[in-house]
Amino acid sequence: MSETVSASKHLIARHAGSALWLARYMERIENLARLLDVTKTFAGDAEGGRNWLSLLRINGDQAAFFAKHAAPEAASVAQFYLLDAENPTSVRTSIRYARENARTLRALISTEMWLQINVLHGAICGLSVADIEPEELSGVCAVLKEGVQAHTGITEGTLYRDQCWHFYMMGRHLERADQITRLIDTKFNALLPPAATDAAIDAGEWNALLRAAAGYHAYRREYPHGYVPREVAGFLLLNTTFPRSAGLSLAQLDWHLTTLRSRYNLRGCTPAMGRLDNLQSMLSSQTVDDILGRGLSPFLDWMQRELGALHEDIMTGLCGG
Amino acid sequence: MRQDGVLAEYDPGDLFCEMLRPGQPPHPALSQLCDRLRHLPIDALRRRAADAERDLLERGITFTVYSDATAIDRILPFDLIPRVITAEEWHTLEAGVIQRVRALNLFLHDVYHERKILADGVVPRELILGNAAYCQAMIGFDPPCGTYVHVCGTDIIRDDAGRFMVLEDNARTPSGVAYVVENRHMTLRVLSDLMAGLHVRGVDEYGLRLHRAMTEIAPAGLSDPQVVLLSPGIFNSAYFEHVFLAREMGVPLVEGEDLLVENDRVWMRTTAGLAPVHTIYRRLNDDFLDPDVFRPDSHLGVRGLMEAWRRGAVSIANAVGTGVADDKAVYAYMPRIIRYYLGEDAILPNVDTRICAEAEGLAYTLAHLHELVVKPVAESGGYGLLIGPHASKAELAEFRDRLKADPANYISQPMIQLSVSPTLCDAGVKARHIDLRPFAVTGRDTWVLPGGLTRVALRPGSLVVNSSQGGGSKDTWVLA
Repeated sequence: MSETVSASKHLIARHAGSALWLARYMERIENLARLLDVTKTFAGDAEGGRNWLSLLRINGDQAAFFAKHAAPEAASVAQFYLLDAENPTSVRTSIRYARENARTLRALISTEMWLQINVLHGAICGLSVADIEPEELSGVCAVLKEGVQAHTGITEGTLYRDQCWHFYMMGRHLERADQITRLIDTKFNALLPPAATDAAIDAGEWNALLRAAAGYHAYRREYPHGYVPREVAGFLLLNTTFPRSAGLSLAQLDWHLTTLRSRYNLRGCTPAMGRLDNLQSMLSSQTVDDILGRGLSPFLDWMQRELGALHEDIMTGLCGG
Repeated sequence: MRQDGVLAEYDPGDLFCEMLRPGQPPHPALSQLCDRLRHLPIDALRRRAADAERDLLERGITFTVYSDATAIDRILPFDLIPRVITAEEWHTLEAGVIQRVRALNLFLHDVYHERKILADGVVPRELILGNAAYCQAMIGFDPPCGTYVHVCGTDIIRDDAGRFMVLEDNARTPSGVAYVVENRHMTLRVLSDLMAGLHVRGVDEYGLRLHRAMTEIAPAGLSDPQVVLLSPGIFNSAYFEHVFLAREMGVPLVEGEDLLVENDRVWMRTTAGLAPVHTIYRRLNDDFLDPDVFRPDSHLGVRGLMEAWRRGAVSIANAVGTGVADDKAVYAYMPRIIRYYLGEDAILPNVDTRICAEAEGLAYTLAHLHELVVKPVAESGGYGLLIGPHASKAELAEFRDRLKADPANYISQPMIQLSVSPTLCDAGVKARHIDLRPFAVTGRDTWVLPGGLTRVALRPGSLVVNSSQGGGSKDTWVLA
């Protein structure tokens, strides 16, 4: 069976927290790049302003945005999310914190990981207003997505899979689960026509939603007949073969916590495991119809709160607070 | 496009050049290297230097400059043309460094125990016991293996006649060793053809040797002691080196907040709870180590660490209070300290230093003031330095009065023209002054990393090699 793990290979609690944060910040960059790209692509029509606004709502950034900009449109939103060092949800801020955490972890992560983050940081900090003009935006988003995907690949191939890796992976799945619930929440409110859950809706909008989650083609293969809101919601929330579904992220979190608990004997896992257990059974014991019937939005709000609390459980129980 | 070889227009003048070695019999490896440099077009060298610089930037091999708030990270410039030390030269340097480290450790043990050297009048009592770096908490304490200076960086220069001499001992927390290894890796990446077949000694052993020494000094009776590296954190100017050393030793890189003292033992906060720590290689100054004993406002250190150390629950490297041995004034006594403890002459001489506290030294200094460098030795040193050859008559006269008023506060040294090495500059390959800092690691015994950090003053004529003042570094090749 598996190799025995040297008990002497301790992980400093603070480093565990940095690994988790590193993954979260990198995931955020990819998520934001996807959203910007998709919004740009599908915002060309008269409803463009509404699409940019919904992007701000996903991150709860309306107040911060309108304090600086008059109207949500490609140029102002791109500037807010790509260049604004004061905006805590911007790509600029995320890469700065990602690099800072990587620097803290520099003795544990691979040189390739550090090098790539360092170069990506340089590229992002070097972006100017001219670089992110609306016609350039897709190209910039592609660079960001590829940057994070390169990071993900390098991490997969080079990060030693001891405790540090498990914490890193928990950060990734916490972030993905959180992001998908935000995406569904905002888009479903915007997409669902009043009092008509299964009515025909603009295919282009569903298209954009699924592309933002990197799930468009998978969804088409799974449901070739067309868009049905309950099926889209079920796919994004519950389908554990879809890499960014909430269900798969929770299952991955479960595996990492269980491994840390059993192989490394980390007793501090217990509160997080209890909460995750509850979260998973709330998700898996319901059909998508149950969830929609009881109200999608309250359910997603509850999930986001629980994911936040789960993050805190992990931090408090294992990462020194 | 310049097809001239790297050495085509190089002219070191009367200075001692480490590459051309005027007046020395030709050395086969050096001749071969010079030959390769003559056949390497200067533009090709520039291209490779650009590759190296980009590589350093991408790898984030930087040091921190606090004065610039917008860009805290700077690269230590790397000059591709290596500095070469022959096997014979290294033999002497290595023996000289080991001898010096032995004497430093014996001296420290003595001044914190019997104080025989003070009783015998070899070193003035007040100079040691009144020294700001003399640590009361160290009196009577016996560090494992009798070692105080586990890592020593000895600054060595070479004069215009090619004589090696020690400029300074760094016995506290000397830095720079990471650059030694990274510079070698850079050479291998961008200029390995220059090195091929010359039998240059490797530098990759450092982490293993350091870890072994840290294991040797750990409290007795442990089969697998836990070593950690204690850093002030990611904003420290030497953080890159702390990372490097933690990686090379395979030990956790911790900060003060990760450690605590409980039940007379030292622990680190891990994901599994508290885990014991046995040896701390600290890259934190004495003052910050333990707020109970030193600066109470320090958040970088660990409360109760000194007491745990004194009780033998943990070992700390370097020991606290070693600064009393690398003080400018004590430096002047090093040749006598070596003779006192080892009954040998110093293998590596000091720069010819006069101690103005002594009548003879004062008389000589006063008579030759216009050709000497006179340094105050007080802890607040650095200020009030006289460079005789550059001083006006009025300045000399004024300094003469100051010197007579407080001779014990001064030492004097001749102006040394440091040796030079060909260095790639904007205007071509020029002679630039260099020094050398070998690193000695001591647990039970002393081991010296072959070579060391060669720093180069990149400004024309400058003798200042410090990175903060436009200095760079070179790969140092010790021939086998």
